[in-house]
Amino acid sequence: MDNPYLHNPDAAAKNPPTRGFTENLGLGDLVRRSATENLPPPKRELTPVAKLIDVSKCIGCKACQSACIEWNDTTPAIEENVGTYMNPHDLTPEMFTLMRFTEWVNPETENLEWLIRKDGCMHCADPGCLKACPSPGAIVQYSNGIVDFIHENCIGCGYCIKGCPFNIPRVSRADHRAYKCTLCSDRVAVGQGPACAKACPTQAIVFGTKDDMKKHAAGRIADLKSRGYENAGLYDPEGVGGTHVMYVLHHADKPHIYSDLPDNPVISPIVLAWKGVTKTAGLAAMGLGAAVAVLHGLFARANRVTAEDEANARRALRDDVPGDRI
Amino acid sequence: MSDITPIERGDAITPGEPPVVHRYRLETRINHWINAVAMTLMVLSGLSMFHPSLFFLTVLFGGGQNTRAIHPWIGVFLVLSFILLVTQFWRANLWNRSDTAWVAHSGDLVLGHEEKMPEAGKYNAGQKFIFWAMVILISVLFATGIVIWNQYFSDLTGIEFQRFAVLVHSVAAVGAIGVLILHVYAAIWVRGSFHAMISGSVSAGWAWRHHRKWFRQLAALAGGEQKRSGVQ
Repeated sequence: MDNPYLHNPDAAAKNPPTRGFTENLGLGDLVRRSATENLPPPKRELTPVAKLIDVSKCIGCKACQSACIEWNDTTPAIEENVGTYMNPHDLTPEMFTLMRFTEWVNPETENLEWLIRKDGCMHCADPGCLKACPSPGAIVQYSNGIVDFIHENCIGCGYCIKGCPFNIPRVSRADHRAYKCTLCSDRVAVGQGPACAKACPTQAIVFGTKDDMKKHAAGRIADLKSRGYENAGLYDPEGVGGTHVMYVLHHADKPHIYSDLPDNPVISPIVLAWKGVTKTAGLAAMGLGAAVAVLHGLFARANRVTAEDEANARRALRDDVPGDRI
Repeated sequence: MSDITPIERGDAITPGEPPVVHRYRLETRINHWINAVAMTLMVLSGLSMFHPSLFFLTVLFGGGQNTRAIHPWIGVFLVLSFILLVTQFWRANLWNRSDTAWVAHSGDLVLGHEEKMPEAGKYNAGQKFIFWAMVILISVLFATGIVIWNQYFSDLTGIEFQRFAVLVHSVAAVGAIGVLILHVYAAIWVRGSFHAMISGSVSAGWAWRHHRKWFRQLAALAGGEQKRSGVQ
């Protein structure tokens, strides 16, 4: 049974009952599993979900960060103020989401605009982290779109960081495992919305089916356009197959002004070359080399010293006059 | 470019019946096998993180976490012992004109007509290729390996550079494994080579057949007048 409470953009802010709801997001719901070929198809198709972050409604209160810390029971280190509201100074293994603050002067109006973007995992439909991961089952994607790290399978290599187009995962120096936003998969599995969406006082963060979130975004974008933000739009980048965390941006024509949100995120071609042709052709070349060596070793005549060689050598030693043949 | 491959320290012929040709000193052999063990561990742990079908190799190191943690440390150890190996081997592996001629005749070797080959010194052109290929590849693997050593050096470079490094690391590793296969294969195919790296010596016939120029250098030395030609 799919989550009936998803079909309400503000469902996460309410208290949907959990009774009567069958827990989902089990092994049967996987559509992708890292370093795993021939994954059996999922037993059912869950409705794709999405978190929508309306940047224009965000007041930068960081309630989402607090809720994230509380729900995930992490303890980010207390840092020092370095002249920005951003705290901590970057995503960390203990801080899965982060308000990034940008002071931007709009060249058209010469107004100072305070851009606040809640950074975190975008839950790409085509996740670069999962493509790069060498450990079977350390990164999985559920049929509802959530990309999750399964920490017991993580080996701590940091390949996910190299695969990610958004620079999101962080490897803990303490337990050597990679961490990022789970989209509260443990809450979604039992019919709840993500903790950040629940805590957001302005409903800048809403959660529901991806279709509903797109509809909700369309209303917000129309509203922004009517108020002069003619470039307002939805950030659901095609380069990674779309994302299950989307933004409403008032300046959707230039995502980079929001603390370097990539304009056209794609999995790096270097990562594709590494995890594509290098991995496949490399293994084939090594296997072929080893096979040829074994076959030649078994069937070709060995290069042996003959009795003639020994006799020639002894003759040379006997006859040798110093220096005459060098 | 000189035409003579120098002999190495400890190379000598002990006359007798049979005569014994000393090829590798004890310290060289010990260091070679330390390298061999370290390299094998690097290959096994590296391959397990290279292709999912080889991930099972992590059990040899006590799981994925341990494999990831130990691989770079073995690498550091390998580089140290390899530097020592290079100091022992580099002079006799310098390329010279006769090596180029040897390469031109390498078809004869594969077809089993070694007698048609130009006479080789202490190391033939194939061995020199393996030596220098390993020098280059291990250097590249070490440099790129440091860049992607997440535990200590993840903050040293940007992500784009790390992506590039991990790609180069993989390609270089595939190349190094290819060279390694060639090396091990040649050592087994040319009977007596493996034994030489264990006992340190070869028969006079072996030296005559495979490294005749070197054999003649040693014979000249053994001939009485301690001619220093080519001796380092």
